[in-house]
Amino acid sequence: MRKAVAVLLGASVVTTLALVSRAPQSDGQPRQEPASGEQGSGEVVRGTLRYETESGEDAFAEGVEITVETAEGEEVETATSDEDGQWEVALPGPGRYTVSIDPDTLPDGVSLQDEDRATLTFEMSPGRSRAVLFALTAGFGGREVASGFERFVRLSVQGIRFGLVLGMAAIGLSLIFGTTGLVNFAHGELVTYGAILAFIFNVTIGWSILVAAPLAIAIAALTGSLVDRGFWRPLRNRGTGLIAMMVISIGVGLLVRYIFLFQFTGFPRGYREFTEQTSWELGPLRIVPRDVWTILISLIVLLGVALFIQRSRMGKAMRAVSDNRDLAESSGIDVDRVINFVWAAGAGLAAFGGILHGLSQEVTWQMGFQLLLLMFAGVVLGGLGSAYGALVGSLVVGIAVEVSTLWIPSEFKTVVALSILVLILLVRPQGILGQAERVG
Amino acid sequence: MDWGSIVDNSISQMFRPLTAVFALAAIGLNVHFGYTGLLNFGQVGFMAVGAYGVAISVLEWSVPLWVGVLIGIGAAVALAALLGIPTLRLRADYLAIVTIATGEILRLTIMAPSFRDFTGGSDGLSGYNDDFTDLNPFSSGNYGIGFLKFNAGATWNILVGWSLVLLAVLLVWLLMRSPWGRVVKAIREDEDAVRALGKNVFAYKMQSLIVGGVIGAFAGMYLVIQQGSTIPGNFTPAQTFYAYVALILGGAARIWGPVVGSMILWGLIVFTEEVLTGLVENDYISSDLISTNQVAQVRLMLVGLGLVLLMIFRPQGIFGDRRELMLGEQ
Repeated sequence: MRKAVAVLLGASVVTTLALVSRAPQSDGQPRQEPASGEQGSGEVVRGTLRYETESGEDAFAEGVEITVETAEGEEVETATSDEDGQWEVALPGPGRYTVSIDPDTLPDGVSLQDEDRATLTFEMSPGRSRAVLFALTAGFGGREVASGFERFVRLSVQGIRFGLVLGMAAIGLSLIFGTTGLVNFAHGELVTYGAILAFIFNVTIGWSILVAAPLAIAIAALTGSLVDRGFWRPLRNRGTGLIAMMVISIGVGLLVRYIFLFQFTGFPRGYREFTEQTSWELGPLRIVPRDVWTILISLIVLLGVALFIQRSRMGKAMRAVSDNRDLAESSGIDVDRVINFVWAAGAGLAAFGGILHGLSQEVTWQMGFQLLLLMFAGVVLGGLGSAYGALVGSLVVGIAVEVSTLWIPSEFKTVVALSILVLILLVRPQGILGQAERVG
Repeated sequence: MDWGSIVDNSISQMFRPLTAVFALAAIGLNVHFGYTGLLNFGQVGFMAVGAYGVAISVLEWSVPLWVGVLIGIGAAVALAALLGIPTLRLRADYLAIVTIATGEILRLTIMAPSFRDFTGGSDGLSGYNDDFTDLNPFSSGNYGIGFLKFNAGATWNILVGWSLVLLAVLLVWLLMRSPWGRVVKAIREDEDAVRALGKNVFAYKMQSLIVGGVIGAFAGMYLVIQQGSTIPGNFTPAQTFYAYVALILGGAARIWGPVVGSMILWGLIVFTEEVLTGLVENDYISSDLISTNQVAQVRLMLVGLGLVLLMIFRPQGIFGDRRELMLGEQ
């Protein structure tokens, strides 16, 4: 048992060391940088005024007046944005401030997306710099120009992309449950781990993402295998109950998540490549090439996984262990080896999902935890324990979550996923593809 | 470094309102996890509905505070029903999944700009606790013994908080020595056996979820009433696990376990934080390695690590009885 803890500690130390290289201080996104080394002084608020033109290209608003006031209404400074749309105001100290934009100084045809958000309030902690962003739109309502049908198509495609990424990340969650009975509440951290590893290789070291991603996935798979061998297997062997293991997994998740926050900081950051792309127009569809590639790559990977599970010896063994562990063991399958493989593959796929998600969104310290809640919805919907279930369920959740924004504000996306989760538990607790069994 | 003041602060933290808040939350979890074997990973959700139930009803509908508290309790019961009805007939993991998701989604919903007028968004709410501060019988001045001195407001907060804790302890004690408590503990040990005896297991689990949830809601209500403001930052998913660590540290399925656990946990947290801050400020640890802002992040790492180590090496905590915990083979 000592060994298990030693490995856990070792793993966290390794993670810490790996991340000590920390984040680069200039990755072209000044709005997200903490002003390190300036403790207690030099609080700065800044922002970039960016909008999308009709043709889908990025443009910057120059000469816009931004006024910063203290909570008492005293003016600190009025800044004017430069040709890159950037503005910056040095603050007298930490505290609460308001920033207002003067809509009359915006370039012709550009307006605020939400008229009520012309004045924003923020809290400044000591020694930090932070970004305040105003959502701008070109033309009247910008994206609103798209017809209902067009928006439906675009959101469906976004949903498919998101669902595929979610499914890729969730396969491991479902397979680990299937083979060991453990719901791994730290699975989301494997997603973040992959995304951050790729970020370190891509941005901190500067390799191409095409090198960084496979390397990160390989390291994540190796980590998954080691964590199983050094930590979970000893726990299983000493007969630790499933309930206790779930509590342990959530403790591991908490520990690792805050190590990420500590090292990666709370600021979201993007990868170095494929971030700013011009959309392709295909009929009613408008999509950036990055998303097309994400969908294609996910499809290929998932097809490969399906073939592997269906055809290979290891795949068959995995299904056998999921079905009935004792029977599988007595027919000569090395159950520990199968579980270890599932951990490695699951971790690798989770990391892959994390990197793809980080490419289309941004990398944050708790992206995995946020995805985990959606993964749960997908996995339970599809049927806990089945790889295909995880896929089908995640796809449904991904599409539902994206398309729902047609009717409800996008901040309630996750509520949609939870409603699906609760509904499916009421109606068909074993999920779409799960086998009915008496559970109570 | 001033070791005297560090020790004083750590000890006085053991009596401060925040410690009482987590003692209450952990008592609620004890009913769920310790006695009934329900895996509730979203105790923070109960705290949040209680807190916002009070704050919103007082501010929006101008009801007296005590009516607000009743509404908070009602909200907790409703949440327990929402969580329990789909999951309590199923395996334990489903409740865990749904509770952790609901806890986080409640927080996101509270923060949503669409509800800003109602919930105050990320700025939160304040100005609903006048009824509570008006009741304060202490005139200004300091109360206490030795270094354990608190001003009038804090003394009132502490008195109310620990009275609530004692009431909750009494309630749990009475419940657990009643026939109801025996059934609930039997469900934890062997659900099928209880069902075979003709008990309605689902109903008992539901009642247990409601009792523990309402105690959790009291933790949230007390937190925001004594604090005078309600902000979403008080209801992050990690809060649930402070309560778990407190519960397991003290000893699950023990009447005083969560109370003692919460006191030790918060004493330790303040002690380590002050030592760390002292080390950073006096340059024993380079501030490049860890800034004072990051000390709070280290706290959460330690909470996670503590949970793992406790569950592995001493799942019964300080006072618990290993045989009383459902930690063997399922």
